[in-house]
Amino acid sequence: MTLLTSVFAAIICTVIWYKNAPKNEMQVGILCLMYWGASLMWLVDAIFEYAELKAEYFSPAPVDMLNDFFLGLSVVALGLIIWLVVLLVKDPKGVVKQALLMKRS
Amino acid sequence: MACFLVAATEAAVTTIVTSVIEKKEKKSEELHVNLGHGTTENVTAVPFSGKLKWLRNMLWGGSALLAFEHVWHGEVTPFFPFLTAAGNPADAAEMLHEMATVGVGMCAMVTAAWLGMVAVSSVIEKRAQKEEAAAEAK
Repeated sequence: MTLLTSVFAAIICTVIWYKNAPKNEMQVGILCLMYWGASLMWLVDAIFEYAELKAEYFSPAPVDMLNDFFLGLSVVALGLIIWLVVLLVKDPKGVVKQALLMKRS
Repeated sequence: MACFLVAATEAAVTTIVTSVIEKKEKKSEELHVNLGHGTTENVTAVPFSGKLKWLRNMLWGGSALLAFEHVWHGEVTPFFPFLTAAGNPADAAEMLHEMATVGVGMCAMVTAAWLGMVAVSSVIEKRAQKEEAAAEAK
């Protein structure tokens, strides 16, 4: 469930990135790569788990599924927070700089 | 258990390599590219350091999110030894085995995906160079 949640987040971000390309003012590319990186890592984790559990891997207990989904959503939220921090630090539109440094009259 | 540490290590190495290459790199050649909908534009190919940044972002992002998952499952603690599995030798051995299998597998998968991205981008660059050369010949 965590893998699925991160894959969907990665796909949505990639679509948003593609829609706005070549402009990258919002640095969505970073978010895409972050979610894709995590998805690939969880895919490997899932492959190893499948090798161990076989078909049982595809029939998790509802409580485990819910917990994994909750974890997936939290991971997506953390990814968004990291992206937001990167965006505000890089400040490609100069908005933060403008807000912090007021012009002298 | 601690598989994200392998990816984080590769991320740190990639970050160092990227900054070293970035300092030494020359500016890329400008290309006149047909964007496919009747418009042409002057563009520069992404330098190798830029491509390394793709790998760096995937590795740092992935390992940060995986680290959070480990905190969620109680495998990482804010106090010494930070990894619950490092508390006793049997769990530590299992953790090292997981790092050597799942952790290395994760790094290999992300690196393979990045190599694919680099291969595709170099094909696109070469195609653009060929098109430019053909247009100049006319």
